[in-house]
Amino acid sequence: MRRSVVPVLTVVGFLLLFWYAAAVWLNAPWAYNKAQRAGETLSFSQVVADTWSQKKPRLPAPHQVAREVWETTAQKAVTSKRSLIYHAGVTLSATLLGFVLGTGLGILLAVGIVYNRTMDMSVMPWVIASQTIPILAIAPMIIVVLNAVGISGLLPKAMISMYLSFFPVVVGMVKGLRSPEAMQLDQMRTWHASRGQTFWKLRLPSSMPYLFTSLKIAMAASLVGAIVGELPTGAVAGLGARLLAGSYYGQTVQIWSALVMAAVLAACLVGIIGLLQRVMLRRMGMS
Amino acid sequence: MPAEHHGSVSAEPVISARNLDLTFQTNDGPIHALKGVSLDIGKGDFVSFIGPSGCGKTTFLRCMADLEQPTGGTVTVNGMTPEEARKSRAYGYVFQAAGLYPWRTIGGNIRLPLEIMGISKAEQDARVARVLELVELSGFEKKFPWQLSGGMQQRASIARALGFDADILLMDEPFGALDEIVRDHLNEQLLKLWDRTGKTIAFVTHSIPEAVYLSTRIVVMSPRPGRITDVIDSPLPRERPLDIRETPEFLEVAHRVREGLRAGHGDV
Ligand SMILES: Nc1ncnc2c1ncn2[C@@H]1O[C@H](COP(=O)(O)OP(=O)(O)OP(=O)(O)O)[C@@H](O)[C@H]1O
Ligand SMILES: [Mg+2]
Repeated sequence: MRRSVVPVLTVVGFLLLFWYAAAVWLNAPWAYNKAQRAGETLSFSQVVADTWSQKKPRLPAPHQVAREVWETTAQKAVTSKRSLIYHAGVTLSATLLGFVLGTGLGILLAVGIVYNRTMDMSVMPWVIASQTIPILAIAPMIIVVLNAVGISGLLPKAMISMYLSFFPVVVGMVKGLRSPEAMQLDQMRTWHASRGQTFWKLRLPSSMPYLFTSLKIAMAASLVGAIVGELPTGAVAGLGARLLAGSYYGQTVQIWSALVMAAVLAACLVGIIGLLQRVMLRRMGMS
Repeated sequence: MPAEHHGSVSAEPVISARNLDLTFQTNDGPIHALKGVSLDIGKGDFVSFIGPSGCGKTTFLRCMADLEQPTGGTVTVNGMTPEEARKSRAYGYVFQAAGLYPWRTIGGNIRLPLEIMGISKAEQDARVARVLELVELSGFEKKFPWQLSGGMQQRASIARALGFDADILLMDEPFGALDEIVRDHLNEQLLKLWDRTGKTIAFVTHSIPEAVYLSTRIVVMSPRPGRITDVIDSPLPRERPLDIRETPEFLEVAHRVREGLRAGHGDV
């Protein structure tokens, strides 16, 4: 842990440096344009100062994003429509619901695939096919169709999250449930264990390392799904709505602050699963 | 072909194989893992199977345990088919690898088959304590497998097979991966256990001294096709201190086993 601090900070430092440089490069044309119209000439330091403080820059500088994040989190009531935390909370609830649904569906399908020959032969190709369809193409359809039958709000977004997150869980759990060695299965047979006993006492515990790895991917996918689900609804709340509103009005600072928030959220969620994984697998003697 | 059966004279047979055939169909053609194998194992016998790699020792044991289906002939265990015997939990099977579950303690591992068999909690506790003492692992109940040496893990896996108290023990090279000293020690313990409990034991090994030291009968097998080439009744007494291995009787039996193995090799 301690040893990774220096390399991480170094990389972050370089990224920030690159970001500031890119901001100068991308925003300079607008600065020159403005100056030209005003009949002024700009020194290099003036250009730099301008590119880092424009109101609607092509690429906002890090400190602009940081200020926006600060203003919309710490300085707004959590219930306010202008609070980023409020929006993150909306996205989070859809993410978590979709994640739970997706994990459940994924595990159920995996159990079916492992225990049922017909499912083994028939389900996997469909599962894989489902992921080759671009989510951006079907997300609006899911939202519209569900809206038409009177379901709106949290659930349609969670469905899209589920759609993305069940896939890694199916793949991981099929592998995990099949991970016991032939010898361990023979052992169960010599004890005349039922299928249920073999599942609960051998297959399921054996699959835990695979499950946790899948859950991390599923969680990230679920967040993407929730944000994508918020784009086509003309939604009024959620990080996706913030992204969309930001791009309508050219509020790049707002877009970037929503992106930063999404990244932080993803890191926290995946981090929590990672923590659970460490604790659980250590307790199970499997790490 | 040694199709005649090598019978035991004394007790009623607990395990009885008649003209057993098992042919594996593989991509490289059929493999005759067992051919015309007939053998009776009497109650309380300690029978060792010895022979070169691939001669079908494991396959034979697996047939008795209903883990493999013979393609010809019959096996009975306690007068039942292997399947019935398995379902009535007539035998304990010790695999070559200890195969303990890492997420269960030693006690939990021994308890596993007991849970599966629906034995009451109190009875489980009593049995776990008893078999742990039997394999000299008392005090290790709460430890996890990775906290034990390989030899201790193997003893724990034997304890697990002993836990549900079947009259028959099928053991497939249980001490194969252990060093000489640990092996001697476990051999001694196993023999004591056998003497005390009167179990019937079928035991696969690659070691001639181990086979001779442990067994009342030694079955010599030979490969391609897998078959029994010799059955040697041991004249050694039931009571066997480790230094019995230096006596002329012991060396005499070992010599016969070695001759049998060599003959098996010769006619391939
Ligand atoms: N599941 C299987 N499928 C195909 N062939 C098999 C299978 N199991 C065993 N065999 C073959 O059957 C023969 C006997 O195998 P077996 O494992 O019984 O030998 P063994 O005497 O136990 O050998 P070792 O001393 O190496 O353990 C071998 O030629 C092996 O390749
Ligand atoms: Mg073998």
